[in-house]
Amino acid sequence: MEKRIRVLVAKPGLDGHDRGAKVVARALRDAGFEVIYTGLRQTPEQIAEAALQEDVNVVAMSILSGAHPHLFPKVVNLVREKGMTDVLIIGGGVIPETDIPALKEAGIAEVFTPGTPTGDIVDFIKANVK
Amino acid sequence: MSNEKIQAGLDKYNASVEKATAKFPERAHIPEQRLYTPLDIKDTDYADEIGFPGMYPYTRGVQPTMYRGRFWTMRMYAGFSTAAESNKRYRYLIESGATGLSCAFDLPTQIGYDSDDPISEGEVGKVGVAIDSLADMEVLFDQIDLGKVSTSMTINAPASVLLAMYIAVAEKQGVPADQLKGTIQNDILKEYAARGTYIFPPRPSMRLITNIFEYCSKNVPKWNTISISGYHIREAGSTASQEIAFTIADGIAYCEAAIKAGLHIDDFAGRLSFFWNAHNNVLEEVAKFRASRRVWAKVMKERFHAEKPKSMMLRVHTQTAGSMLTAQQPNNNIIRVALQTAAAVMGGTQSLHTNSRDEALALPTEESVMIALRTQQIVAYESGLADVIDPLAGSYYVEALTNKIEKEAWEYINKIDEIGGAVAAIEKGYIQKEIQDSAYKWQMDVESGAKTIVGVNKFQIEEEPPKGLLKVDASVGVAQCKRLADMKAKRDNEAVKAALADLKKACQDENENLMPHILNAVRTYATLGEICGVMREVFGEYEAHVNL
Repeated sequence: MEKRIRVLVAKPGLDGHDRGAKVVARALRDAGFEVIYTGLRQTPEQIAEAALQEDVNVVAMSILSGAHPHLFPKVVNLVREKGMTDVLIIGGGVIPETDIPALKEAGIAEVFTPGTPTGDIVDFIKANVK
Repeated sequence: MSNEKIQAGLDKYNASVEKATAKFPERAHIPEQRLYTPLDIKDTDYADEIGFPGMYPYTRGVQPTMYRGRFWTMRMYAGFSTAAESNKRYRYLIESGATGLSCAFDLPTQIGYDSDDPISEGEVGKVGVAIDSLADMEVLFDQIDLGKVSTSMTINAPASVLLAMYIAVAEKQGVPADQLKGTIQNDILKEYAARGTYIFPPRPSMRLITNIFEYCSKNVPKWNTISISGYHIREAGSTASQEIAFTIADGIAYCEAAIKAGLHIDDFAGRLSFFWNAHNNVLEEVAKFRASRRVWAKVMKERFHAEKPKSMMLRVHTQTAGSMLTAQQPNNNIIRVALQTAAAVMGGTQSLHTNSRDEALALPTEESVMIALRTQQIVAYESGLADVIDPLAGSYYVEALTNKIEKEAWEYINKIDEIGGAVAAIEKGYIQKEIQDSAYKWQMDVESGAKTIVGVNKFQIEEEPPKGLLKVDASVGVAQCKRLADMKAKRDNEAVKAALADLKKACQDENENLMPHILNAVRTYATLGEICGVMREVFGEYEAHVNL
């Protein structure tokens, strides 16, 4: 049997808005992925460590507080430092269009903004996971 | 017309349309009935259930004259970056005709961390203003007369500390505490259930809240000691009925905790206030406001045996639904906010914040905030919606919907009672799960097209990325940390140490009211992080468990 894709849905930083993270987590689970949700207020170190321990293929982060320029790249660096070079890292939340190029440059494979159908995220993961 | 005659007419009507009309395409979230008649409210007793404004059960409003006396308070939630920047925005809002202030704090402040804490990195000044100590609070209210303005503060876990800072700033302005008007949100239960800025576990959190009730009833009598909030529950995805049911269940828990701590219901209940969401469905929202007042009045009278009318009145602040703003075609949000404003006003709110068109993208610009404030002013002065009290009363549909929402709310409240109250229901994850299920259903309905969101899943266009969004620069965090370091170097550190030691001792004695001790610490310029740090040591921290 084919190994199921494992996804860590994570909330970095102090932001408590987790409606989106939970909806995405559930949609990914309904799409057949194995989903682990970290809960709120995770430091980048905690997220990278969870990704390693849970042996995930994807890290999907959500931030609505505006802390993404600082926290997203930090998670990418820590995940890579721990040797998870293949893990697909994506992000979402209230993220201005103008911030997206820098996030992509920092290693965020795709950024999903408000109004994105969950199906788009599923399709992106299926197409890009290694 | 007799009910029999109406029934006969209705049967005739139904028979004619069944034959004549094709079925309208399926739409989610609409009432089962297409038409409402007197038959739908034939069991509603006007005197008992609807009544008159300013009279039990307050279905038609809490004040006898409502907006014929004065309009609601136009209160715009604002705050970002440093205290100095936010002070400028507050003074701009007051000059533009806003009639109350509403402070947004950044996340480190809301969770009791100083700006120089490593966990605050990247968050300082982002979603609100950074407040580390009394020194920042003095700047925040510089040239604003606290004896005149009423101030609402969206602060929960560290509400006691921010209230103490506000009292201390007022002292310096020469304004006595008993003249202060405003609100602290101070509603920890919905933080566990929906909003996420909790610090301590439920028990010590409930103690802090009852300490505030008690302290304010004696010292700050005009202050609203809590804003029991459905807003965030709705934002997290609940339905209208769930919003008021879970919030009123939280309200019951606060009353029970205060009574257990030895307070009398009529000594504090008059200072309880509520916070509703104004969502997209105008008529459902109006019915929700009306139903919520009726449910709360009955809870206070029948369950808690309150005697003062003020204790039975559900006074409410409202904010338009942030989650209903779209990032697509953001100018459409102006229309959404206008309709939501109409709902809040016809629902009889006491104060209102209107969201700005660009808030699905970033914090609002001054221009966007101005449009949002003008929306309220247009509804107040031009639309006619505020001209008579509770204008939708008597609508067959709105009255039937008010009854339906009330019924659904009671069912939830009874269910939560069975579980052991709101605290137990939150600890078991029941309330969170109900909210999540509703949120997921909404999302699936949007994705299937059963629910249309204009510009998102229908009527889309190609758009240029929006320009001119407000950005909080990372340098704000650096500057704020420097301010904090300078302040710490100047204050009397021995006095701070003594005040924190005294606070720690008070925390360990369950019978001690913490407010005077916190106020004492705040006056020495002990920081928010230091004060919350002491409480963290004694009380521990809450750990959430999520069931997807």
